Amino acid sequence: MNIVVCIKEVLDPETPTDSFSIDSANNALVGKGKIAKVLNPFDEQAVEAALRIKDKLGAKVTAISVGKQMDRVVTKKPVFMGADELILLEDEGFADGDSWSTAYAIAAAIRKIGQYDLVICGRQAADSNAGQVGIGIAEFLGLPHVSVARKIDVFDGKARVERVTCNGYETVEVDLPALVTVTNELGQARYPAIQNIRMANKIQPTVWKHTDIDIEANRAGKQGRRQKLLKLFQPVREGACEIVEGETLQEAAENLALVLRKAKIL
Amino acid sequence: MAKDVMIYGEVADGQLAAITKELLGGARVLADALGEEVAAVFIGGGIAGPAREARAFGANKILTVDHPRLGFYNAELYVPCLKAVVEKEEPRFVLFGHTDAGADLGPTLAFRLDTAIVTDCTDLSVDGKRLIMTKPVYGGAAMAIFTSDDPIQMATVRLKSLTPAERTDVEGTVAPIDFAPGETAPRMKVLDKVAEETEGVKLEDAEVIVSGGRGIGGPEGFKDLEELAKLLKGTVGASRVACDNGWMPSTQQVGLTGTIVAPKLYIALGISGASQHMTGCSHSKVIVAVNKDPNAPIFREAHYGVVGDWKAVLTAFMNKVIAMG
Repeated sequence: MNIVVCIKEVLDPETPTDSFSIDSANNALVGKGKIAKVLNPFDEQAVEAALRIKDKLGAKVTAISVGKQMDRVVTKKPVFMGADELILLEDEGFADGDSWSTAYAIAAAIRKIGQYDLVICGRQAADSNAGQVGIGIAEFLGLPHVSVARKIDVFDGKARVERVTCNGYETVEVDLPALVTVTNELGQARYPAIQNIRMANKIQPTVWKHTDIDIEANRAGKQGRRQKLLKLFQPVREGACEIVEGETLQEAAENLALVLRKAKIL
Repeated sequence: MAKDVMIYGEVADGQLAAITKELLGGARVLADALGEEVAAVFIGGGIAGPAREARAFGANKILTVDHPRLGFYNAELYVPCLKAVVEKEEPRFVLFGHTDAGADLGPTLAFRLDTAIVTDCTDLSVDGKRLIMTKPVYGGAAMAIFTSDDPIQMATVRLKSLTPAERTDVEGTVAPIDFAPGETAPRMKVLDKVAEETEGVKLEDAEVIVSGGRGIGGPEGFKDLEELAKLLKGTVGASRVACDNGWMPSTQQVGLTGTIVAPKLYIALGISGASQHMTGCSHSKVIVAVNKDPNAPIFREAHYGVVGDWKAVLTAFMNKVIAMG
């Protein structure tokens, strides 16, 4: 069983919103100070989903990411969690891609890997909040896909997947090879285990440039974008927060109730 | 030549889904700006009747693919159906709800048509003949405005973002389309669909949410939040930290990795305002924050705030609300 997991490093989504500002010349969000990069939380759960299958049935788990100058500590987290291999699609040509160009590059890399039964992605990235790359990879590879899964069971060349819906879940059976995107209802991802560390230290990422996966420069990164970003801005709330005060905290709380009643909110 | 605004309509409990009325409302604004019409396409089992209702909400043309095999959403069956409709009708824009089906169907169709789609939009407008799509990114720390040069422009739209269409007397046409399953057997089947009962009001339906974070300190504190929620006929939400610590079940998590909510009133207690949490609640009509740290970032997003210990504030606030009646 061969499983490919797609991962992305993102600016830590636990960062307070006011730690960011807009670099309007480049239409990019930047930290006012240094902001930590972490593995996209949904991708951590994608790794977890793959490792649960590996624990049960045995599997080779390959993590893959795309970008430029990726953080080696962040991208290696899946290996410390128990993945067997890490492939980084990394060169300037991959920079500033959108869902389309990212999915295109990863699909080309998976084709080059050749052996795969299951591709697992997080349901969306914490930065772009798009939820398209997994679906795009499936479409480029001609695979069926199930999105927003909380459970994946593999048997007899099929996967039985619980897909989360607005009021419960659906049970979906899909032929392998297939692609599944996972959601947080899958449950907590494991912490990197001590026994993995020695092995993980030995595993070095395989780095492929866009020429290594045989994709045209005009389909990679910024040049391959389909979405045109016109503007990035920080929403400004009209009127500042009204801090309700009082002689005592109790009075402040009572005043809050009065203010909300007066504004017809309560 | 591409023209008109097409929406992907959905039926829930035998009626037009709320999101579909919202899409019809939004599509009407766009179509009027273009001087074009609104079309609605419905795919499913037993949807033809309720779909006709879309006429009363401003659809000039309704297309239905109704077949028992389409009872559950399945990309393997739905995507070819919708692709055939879109290729025949050549709409300028295609809009989906960012729903269980729409969030999957929209991107899948886009990739299959080799076109771009922008997902989870909260605002749409027209510039010339181009669709301008606004959506929150970086967990709500920023908004991005996108467009595309592709001939068919597509978006999925977040629930409760567009103003729903009112009943009108525009009488559109209704055209059933035959379901033509492909040659090959679908590689995927939906075995069953289960509704899981949750106690009380569901987060996404609640008009009032009383939410707690790290500052609540443990599961006991959430019992107090439940009291207030009950009083205001709302429900309790929680931040990621509170759920990760097991103080609240993950079903109650508000945020990027939880539920995205837009209640009339969101009361945030002991929540500092991490971007991943704010993306889940920043579209609430009114946000009230209580935090002992006057510099907590949540006060930059809140409409009303009290600086102080949440528990003292909650008790006095509840007593006052009861006293006011």
